[in-house]
Amino acid sequence: MKLLEARDIVKQFSNHLALNKVNLAVNEGSIYGLLGPNGAGKTTMIRIINQITAPDNGEILFNNHKLKANDVFDIGYLPEERGLYRKMKVGEQAIYLAQLKGLSRSEATSKLKDWFEKFEIQAWWNKKVEELSKGMQQKVQFITTVIHEPKLLIFDEPFSGFDPINVNIIKQEILKLKKKGATIIFSTHNMESVEELCTHITLINESVSLLEGPMDTIRRNYSLNEYEIGFRGNVNLLKATLSTQYKIIESKQKNGENFIRVRLLNNISTNDLLKTMLSSGNIFSFREIIPSMNDVFIKVVEEASKKDK
Amino acid sequence: MSKISIIIQREYLTRVKKKSFIIMTLLAPVFMAAMFLVPVWIMTRDDTEEKVIAVIEDETNMFKDVIPNSQYLKFEYLGDATLDDLKTNFSDKGYYAVLYISPKVAYIPNAVQLISHKQPPLDLTIYIANALEKEIEQKKLETYDIKDLDKILKAVSTNIHVQTIKISDDGTEKETSTGLSMGIAYIGGLLIYILIFIFGAQVMRGVIEEKTSRVVEVIISSVRPFQLMMGKILGIGLVGLTQFVLWIIITAIIITSAQSLLLPDDAGQTTQAITENIMSAAPVEQTQVPVTQTQDFNEIQQIFNSLHSVNWGLILSSFLFYFLGGYFLYASLFAAVGSAVDNETDTQQFMMPITIPLILGLFVAMGAFQNPESSVAFWCSFIPFTSPIVMMARLPFGVPYWELILSMTILVLTFLGTTWLAAKIYRTGILMYGKKPTYKELWKWLRYKN
Repeated sequence: MKLLEARDIVKQFSNHLALNKVNLAVNEGSIYGLLGPNGAGKTTMIRIINQITAPDNGEILFNNHKLKANDVFDIGYLPEERGLYRKMKVGEQAIYLAQLKGLSRSEATSKLKDWFEKFEIQAWWNKKVEELSKGMQQKVQFITTVIHEPKLLIFDEPFSGFDPINVNIIKQEILKLKKKGATIIFSTHNMESVEELCTHITLINESVSLLEGPMDTIRRNYSLNEYEIGFRGNVNLLKATLSTQYKIIESKQKNGENFIRVRLLNNISTNDLLKTMLSSGNIFSFREIIPSMNDVFIKVVEEASKKDK
Repeated sequence: MSKISIIIQREYLTRVKKKSFIIMTLLAPVFMAAMFLVPVWIMTRDDTEEKVIAVIEDETNMFKDVIPNSQYLKFEYLGDATLDDLKTNFSDKGYYAVLYISPKVAYIPNAVQLISHKQPPLDLTIYIANALEKEIEQKKLETYDIKDLDKILKAVSTNIHVQTIKISDDGTEKETSTGLSMGIAYIGGLLIYILIFIFGAQVMRGVIEEKTSRVVEVIISSVRPFQLMMGKILGIGLVGLTQFVLWIIITAIIITSAQSLLLPDDAGQTTQAITENIMSAAPVEQTQVPVTQTQDFNEIQQIFNSLHSVNWGLILSSFLFYFLGGYFLYASLFAAVGSAVDNETDTQQFMMPITIPLILGLFVAMGAFQNPESSVAFWCSFIPFTSPIVMMARLPFGVPYWELILSMTILVLTFLGTTWLAAKIYRTGILMYGKKPTYKELWKWLRYKN
């Protein structure tokens, strides 16, 4: 079931088109990657979902109804450019933000106490925000984003400003939230974490969406039918055998072992490749090369910009 | 609890809890009370230190014992001393000052010198001048050799006081005091001007703070920008009201408690007591000195009488109305300016159109309590950008109800309009970072659909 659907969203600013018929379809309980280069229109899309701005055209369905004002209580948003009131005390401020998301004061207080305990930051409660380090502020902000247990969470670059230990803590919390049933839209330039977390993605470039769908399918679609084989034996002999029917991309030595990367041409199957190789050496590993999200991203965006020219 | 009230609560509480708020709330009434009390205190606690003044003149003994002694002032006439001697050692001899009178005094006004180490009080010089003037006038009149001069002078002496009485439309008469009306007009107009500036600027700074700390994006993902802006304006408006009410209460407490400490009796008796005090200080035959002062006190008495004639209910409720109306009008503009810029130094170019009408209002108000019916004052008390200040300056002199109601209606309609426009600039501005916008861009923001 879809928790959020955006259909043909158009947003025009005075001097440029920010979004041109962009679609999103976010399954309930999934982690959805919203990708794209800087200035592609991701933030505008996120602001439209948060009802900070309204689209010129198109509609947003949330939980099977047209997005309405009260839905903000079911959405949690961590903007890329984040900040808190610097002069306000941490606890007081967290309660304030939670109240704006519809929690009562007492509810907010007890939930916040739990979260502060979980992150072991109870001592910060009465400190002013400006006394905290940037990483500490980010932690507080993360808590205030999820405190009202919304159905939909939108994280824009959630890991920026965190050290690796804290990145891991936040990652684990995001996965826990997902397990509890939250749906997450995740916008980032860090493709490794996209591969690690996301099930679906949309890639926006220059206000149009270029790719949309399950991440595995997309990556497979961009695979070049290449395989990496590790073997023991005479490399030159193997190369000679393969070169007639296969394209050798590279061959290298790693830890004293030989690895060779081969692209399959025409309708030759992997079994044919294995059969050919069996005679020339001892195969100890065989794996398909699926392009990383990073490769897909660069390829798609570069192709699009070539087309424009 | 509705979102806007949560916002109002935060804006209100964070400001009221600030040290600067508490200090301002306590200190301002101390200054205000001091403004009322210090003159009274000075009047009642006259110099109690006895001052002996040596009087010398050249050759002629024209002014011997002419200046009467008062309770704390003693004049010693030294016939044989010279000014040069005395100049160097008068304080060793126990004199406070040396008064030197040249015989040319009748023709040259500054032929009298008072030499002392400390700056002598103004009272003292006036006291001496009055006594000498009287003596010289007397002497000059005597040269005309008119019979029964004293009697004639007494008979012709007159003292005029113009009593102002206002007849309202229904024919009732009221004794008024122009001085009092001017005082109320001045304080009312100036206070509105100051309050609008202080609290309007607070709104602007609050908006800039939210924008630069980037907290604004989180908040407007929970509430509409209009709610955030109105919450801030209303919250700070409440802070202003709180401060104003506290100022009045604390000032009143300080004045009444200080009054009961300084002056045990009520105001009427106090003035009487002061008058008697001064009368007894001067010998009866030298009435000219105190006479001018008793006239002052009569005027104070008159002001006290006409205090009752002022329609305090109307003045105070109008003050509250114009403070709130003017504040809402300007606060929304201040909020729009704050949203358009990234930091306070960039606000200047947009501040001009806000500060100019305010300052203009103050100037017109300054003219209005000299001539409340001038056409400039009349029109400016309807133009909503100046009316809160100018109408407050006109009000104590009496303004027809239709004018008041019309002015208030225009003010309300205008602040609804400016709030609507400001909200449009605000909701676009708070998400714009980087380059300082131009007026043209603000105009564009006004026309954005969302």
